[in-house]
Formats: sequence, C-alpha cells, structure tokens
Amino acid sequence: MPSRSPLLDDRAIARTLARMAVEIVERCHGTEGLLLVGIQRRGVELAERIGRLIEASEGVQVPRGKLDITLYRDDLQAIGPRPVVGETSLPGSLDGRTVVIVDDVLHSGRTIRAALDELADFGRPNRILLCVLIDRGGRELPIQPDIAGQTVRVGPGERVDVFVSELDGRDAVELARAS
Amino acid sequence: MPVDAGVPSLGKDLIGLETLSAAQIQFILDTAEPFKEVSERAIKKVPALRGKTIVNLFFEASTRTRISFEFAEKRLSADTVNVATQGSSVSKGETLVDTARNLEAMRIDMVVIRHGASGAAQFLGDRIESNVINAGDGKHEHPTQALLDMLTLRDKFGRIAGLKVAVCGDILHSRVARSNIWGLIKLGAEVGVCGPPSLLPRGIEELGVTVLPRIEDAIAWADALNVLRLQLERMQAGFIPSLREYNRVFGVTRDRLSRAPKDLVILHPGPMNRGVEIDSDVADGEHSVILPQVTNGVAVRMAVLYLLAGGTGAAAAAARGEAA
Amino acid sequence: MTHILIRGGRVIDPSRGTDGVADVLLGDGRILAVGRGVAAPEGALVIEAAGKVVAPGLIDLHVHLREPGQEDLETVASGAMAAAAGGFSAVCAMPNTDPVTDNQAAVGFIVSQAQRAGKARVYPIGAVTLGQRGEQLAEFGELVGAGAVAVSDDGKPVGSSHMMRTALEYARTFGIPVANHCEEMSLALGGAMHEGLISTRLGLKGIPAAAEEIMVARDIILAELTGGHVHLCHMSTRGSVELIRRGKERGIRVTAEATPHHFSLTHDRCAGYDTNAKMNPPLRESKDVDAIRQGLKDGTIDVIASDHAPHHYDAKEREFDLAPNGIIGLETALGVAIRDLVEPGILTLPELIDRMSTRAARIFNLPGGTLAVGAPADVLVLDPTERWVVRPETFRSKSRNTPYGGAELVGRAHQTVVRGRIAFDISAP
Repeated sequence: MPSRSPLLDDRAIARTLARMAVEIVERCHGTEGLLLVGIQRRGVELAERIGRLIEASEGVQVPRGKLDITLYRDDLQAIGPRPVVGETSLPGSLDGRTVVIVDDVLHSGRTIRAALDELADFGRPNRILLCVLIDRGGRELPIQPDIAGQTVRVGPGERVDVFVSELDGRDAVELARAS
Repeated sequence: MPVDAGVPSLGKDLIGLETLSAAQIQFILDTAEPFKEVSERAIKKVPALRGKTIVNLFFEASTRTRISFEFAEKRLSADTVNVATQGSSVSKGETLVDTARNLEAMRIDMVVIRHGASGAAQFLGDRIESNVINAGDGKHEHPTQALLDMLTLRDKFGRIAGLKVAVCGDILHSRVARSNIWGLIKLGAEVGVCGPPSLLPRGIEELGVTVLPRIEDAIAWADALNVLRLQLERMQAGFIPSLREYNRVFGVTRDRLSRAPKDLVILHPGPMNRGVEIDSDVADGEHSVILPQVTNGVAVRMAVLYLLAGGTGAAAAAARGEAA
Repeated sequence: MTHILIRGGRVIDPSRGTDGVADVLLGDGRILAVGRGVAAPEGALVIEAAGKVVAPGLIDLHVHLREPGQEDLETVASGAMAAAAGGFSAVCAMPNTDPVTDNQAAVGFIVSQAQRAGKARVYPIGAVTLGQRGEQLAEFGELVGAGAVAVSDDGKPVGSSHMMRTALEYARTFGIPVANHCEEMSLALGGAMHEGLISTRLGLKGIPAAAEEIMVARDIILAELTGGHVHLCHMSTRGSVELIRRGKERGIRVTAEATPHHFSLTHDRCAGYDTNAKMNPPLRESKDVDAIRQGLKDGTIDVIASDHAPHHYDAKEREFDLAPNGIIGLETALGVAIRDLVEPGILTLPELIDRMSTRAARIFNLPGGTLAVGAPADVLVLDPTERWVVRPETFRSKSRNTPYGGAELVGRAHQTVVRGRIAFDISAP
C-alpha cells in the first residue's frame, strides 16, 4: 500500500497550466501554425486545457490532436499481453507546423522518443517542442522539455501520479512511495 | 500504461471463437479500432511487431485472406514469409508435424495457417511454441473472418447484443458460419441459419441458433444477412441439384430484399459467386457492407497479431510499476 | 505330463451354469477335474487362486493382427502374447492383411505362425471375396480346410447385396458364419466420426447411424432369405440393437458383437481432435452406449469382441481426417468390461464371462468357453476387483494406440492357460 504526499493541489495545477500556456505562446512567437498534441492518456486532457487557456488569452482557436504511442513503444514485450491502445487522431497535415507535445510526467524519455517516431510517420513539422506538467528526472535518453510546469526530485521506489478531473474526478499531483 | 486486467489473456494461439469468452472477443474488437486508423494514415506502418517473423502457411489456395494477413503483418512492421504448398516439401509428402518442427527450428515467432483438415490449427498449436493463428481449418473455424464480420456489424449498428443475424447458405461445410455462430451468440446476438436442409449440419439447433427454412423467412426476420459462398463442388456431390436452382430458391436478390420489413445489412465473406447466392445489384448496392468488411479485416488481423505477440507474464508484471 | 492345479478360486462356468469355490485340475491339455479338495498330483504346478475367479479362457472373435504385411505394427506372435496378457486363450484374426488372407496358403501361414508362438490360439478368418475386392467369392472350402473358422471382408462391408446373399448361402455348406462390417459406403464415405452435435462443432464430416443400420437390416433380411448365419461385427447404434432384437425374435440366425469402446466411450471423446478416439464404426452418443449395454445384458448382442487394430504412432499423429481408424484393445477389454458393465451392476460376472468366452465359442463353433471335464485346458485366472492404471508402454502388443492410457480399469488377468500351458502369468517379468 503506497503512502502518498501531495505535490500540487488543483489550484496549483491551474496556475502552472496558465503559466505553461503563456510560455508556449511566447516560445512559438504567437499561435501561427501551432498544433497541440496530447499524449494518451492525461496528456490529452492537459493539452485540451492549455488549448482553452490560449484561446481565452489570444482569442484564437488552437487545433488539438491526440497521440497514442503504444504501438511505438520499445518495450512491447514487457507491457504484457493486453495493452490497451487508445485513440490517435491528428487534424490535417503536420508539414510546416509547430507541434507542441503535451504530456503529464516526463521520466525516462522513452514515451517522448516513441511520440517523435510516430509523428515522423505522419509528416514533417517545422518544429517540435516538448511541454510537460511535471519533470521528475531519471532520464534514460537525451530528451529534455522545452517547457516544464514543475521540476520534482524523486527518490528510489517513488512515483509521481497525476490525476485529472476529466478522468479521475479530481485534479492533483502526488508523490507515491511504495512502502 | 493502462492494461485491462479484467480480460484473461488470449493464450498462445487463436484457434477459434468457441473457446473464447465474450470479454475476450469484445477486447479483440476494441483493440481493432485504433488499427483501423493506422490503415488510414499516409504511412500505414507502426513498429509494434518489428523484428518478429511471421510465416503464412497456406495449404489451401486463398488470395484475399492471405493478402489481408500480409498487409496486417507488414503494417505492424513484421517480417513475413509466405509458404504455399504447391511445389513445396509439403506437396512431396512432408507431414504437418514435420513442417511445424522445421518452422520452429528456424525460430519464427508466429504462424498463420490455413489448412484443409479440421483441427489442423490446433494440431500445429499443440506442437510448436510459436503463436498459431487459424486462418481457416477445414470446416471447423475461421475466427478472424467472424471477428471482422462482427466489427462491421458493430460499426453499422453500434452494438452486437440483440441483433438478429441470419447466416445463409452452405452451413454444413462452412467454417465461417461456425465461427460466426460462436462469436455472435457469445456477444448476445440472435443467430439464424438458412439454407437447404441437405446443407444444414446435424444438431445445429443445439448450438442455440434458429433454423429459418426459406430465404424469405430469413429476410423477414433478420437485421443483417451474412451470405455464404456456395461452392460448385456441392452440386457435384449431390447436395443441391444445380446452382441455378439454388439462386432461384435461396438467392439473395434485389426483389426479395425489397420486401424486407427493415433495411437489411448484407455481409459476404467473399469471394462472391455473383448470380448464385447473391445477385450483383445486391452485392454492389447500398445495403452491402462487403467492402467495409475487407477494410476491417486488416484491422482485426492487426489486432489479433498484436495481442498474441505482446509480451510474457513475468516481464509484464515487472514493467507494470514503470513510468513513462 | 505336467499338471496344473488351480486351487481355491471362485470357479465360474457359464456353460454349465456353475459358480462356486472349487479346484480345477489340468493335464495333457485338458480339464481333468473340477471340484473341492482335488489333490495335486506329483510335480504339479499349483496356482493359488483364493480370492480370484477361475473362468474358461476368454475368446475374442475379432482382432486384427498385422501379419503378413505390417509386422512392425503387430505380428501373430505379438498379438497372441497381447491376447494372453488380456486373459484371452483364443482370438480370431481378420483377413485384411497384406496380402489378404483369401487362400489356403495364407490361412495355413497364420495357423503355423500361431503354433510357433505358442501363446493364445489364433483362428484365422478368411476373406469373403478375393482380395476383399467384393467381386468374386473366395474359396470357402479351401479356407475352412486350412483352418478358417469364418469368413469376412472386415475393414470393408460386403457392399453388393447379391454378393452377400451368395456368401451366406455358400457358407452354409461349411457351417461357418459370414461376419460383416456393416457400413453403407455412400452414406459414410469421407466421414471421420459420428454424425451429430460433436461433428458439427468440430467441423468434421460425420457418419450417420443410418449407415450402419441400413446394412444391419439388409443382412438380417438376407440371413432370413438364405437361412445362413450372419455375424454382425462391432455394433454401435441403438437402432442396430433394435433391429437385431427383432431379428432374433423371429428366429433368424443373426449373431452380433460389440467392442468395449462402444459400451464405454462416446463421441465426446473426439474433442480436441484426439485420433485415439477415431475408429470405424465411430464412437456414438450416450443413448447408443446405453443400448449396447442393454443389448449385452439381454443377449441381443452375443459377445464382446475387441476389434483390436494396431496402428503406428506416426500414423495416428496426424490431422484427424487423415489418421487411420482403429485402436488396440486386447489388453484393456477385460478391465473396461468389468469397470463399465459389472461394477455398475449391468451384467453379473458370470454373464460377462459368458459374453466373453462361452457364447463366443458357441456361435463360432470353437473349442473352449467351458470348464467341463474333458474340455481343452484353456483357463483364465483373474482378479475381478483389482484396480489398475493403464500404462500403454507396458503392453505386450507392438502398438500403443489406445484411448485408455492413464485410465483406471477394474479387473485383471493373472494367469492365462492355453492348451494346459501357462501362456501369461502376471507375476512373471
């Protein structure tokens, strides 16, 4: 039974996302050609919220896409015989666009590597940025976020869990310790 | 990484739908959905089965099923090898056992087998460690065909439970019929069979299906018809007098369909004998989902290959704590 | 001469209707005395049979020994050894060998091979037609003269009604039965198992019960027409039992046999495409099994015969459609019969011994089947309550194709005496 300690509550998450939305627009010099791609799962919900925040501040509809990277994982053998594959849908072509990958937690970097491979099969964006709510360190690949909501130190045997109200009924980021 | 812990593993092989649970069948259909999307992409490839070797072992000639499996395999980035029996060592008398062992000795990962003897897929699966997928064994089962039929029905109606599906034609010799009966009943559909009595197998009602004596009865009763191909050999073996009579009495014609109380959906596993079991204007008409069946076929086969190829228990358990 | 005294066993002799504890003295190849307190002559071998049953040696009217032609599967010698191990002092060997036993030299060969083996007696059955091709009658006179006790084209039916009629009439001259394998080929062709729910589920072509019953009816009618004796091999359906019952009621000379697998297994055994459940006629439904058991009880089915059919492991290790028909049965017949007929109270032990010995001798006019003084010393000592697990690797038969591997059976042969000599002793290695 893991013991849990809170890292961010719902208000902290809202503030962080608001900051991330502003940073994205800054780094991309506006919303021209911008495409937010959320990684299944929870990255999708976060991308949706960021998109609405940008819409509210810039008055522009930013297109959103969903990416499921299950079929591109490098550890297919390990995830077990019944992996659930979620929806992938990308609006229009990627060519010439600025794609911002949105995910909840960045850890080893393998998910993002898979996401980059998958995006490459769809087209050739001008630029890809990585935006994550939590960077918990522990990288196994040379992949770094362009925008990180919070950076958290995580010890061995510990895990960062993100909960979103759309899926989990509440907004929270917690540190879970297997006891 | 969400793993559906409620569904028991499919095991090593896919032999038929008779031994699968409703939950397992549902899971395969659900898994097929994202694979439909892959086939719509410009680059119709995902690396999921990269490095896996799959042999298509076809003892019976079949273009469409083999090609469908081949596409499924290649779109998953697997390496495929086709073995047709003409000119191979099999036609020189090599037994199925030896063929199996030789393949295994070459360290292949999966075998897709189509064979003329009922039980051949299980025979192979019991003797080699590779995954075995039944692409049709004798008159026993053709599970991927039934799965794609059900997926197509689900696309059209949004559900399987409560649907009335009539399987029409030579039920006696049909593995497609048997697999459909198992799958549809398990998912809660009502199944009817319609055909000349000489082509209905003994005890068929005990499987839970309704016997519909005439094609008109089937059309009046069903939401969907799955029209089976009638083979020329049946006439030659004396089961029916002629193909022409079959069309006159049992054919799915536009005229008969026009008297249906509802808008029937028409399925056919292919290849069609136009003008025998089904008329061209029906096959090409607005009720027909024959082409979507073909599209769904690739997605369903990708799902099956993907689910069977994925992982071993121990490694899976270890990875379950791993984060992204 | 060497005497054998079988002491203190429960002696069951259906030929005289006796059943009680007694001693049996054998000598010079004959039964010398049966009674209480029989003294053992000097030098006699004594078999202590207290707690066991002493019966006339069992007789199997229907076995396939694969000599000549397929000696790797079974020979007359290995089959005779297997028979003795199963409690049989005599078997009748079907002629579908390679070449077919359709001439006097071939019959004589079987007889001499059996004599050389010196185990269970082997009586050859000659073919009805040359090469079993169904075209021309074999020379029954020559066959009988050389030692044949019946004629049969088993493996196949005598398809032509005219041929069957002629055979029945001609066989009357020699007082032998024509044993037919009843199978209407146009209905059965290509079938791999019983036509029913299981064949539908497995997607295998089925052989309907009608295929057997049509020919059973035909043969009974022809027996009536000709006055000949027809013996119906391996009956398997309730319809057949009914037809035979009617025929016997009308005084027609029809006798019938059933195999142990047809009163112990059903077509469910074919699940998983187990080729050791594939034989002809096929395993049928439980109603048929019940009818066969009832038929044995009321004598409609006269005898139990194993239809022992050796096949090579490789031959059976095939797709179900392609595997050959048949299972061995000499070494399990008694155990299956006691487990499935005597233990559930369907037959008494004396009735079973009648069906496996006394009556067999009577209907084929063979010596044995009796423990009367002066009769041949073909005797079986068995333990009818011994529970044992079948281990096919220990069989005396050269083949292993049995569905009973690992099964627990009840009742076992301990000593089988043939012609006054011990042909099988369970305590010997």
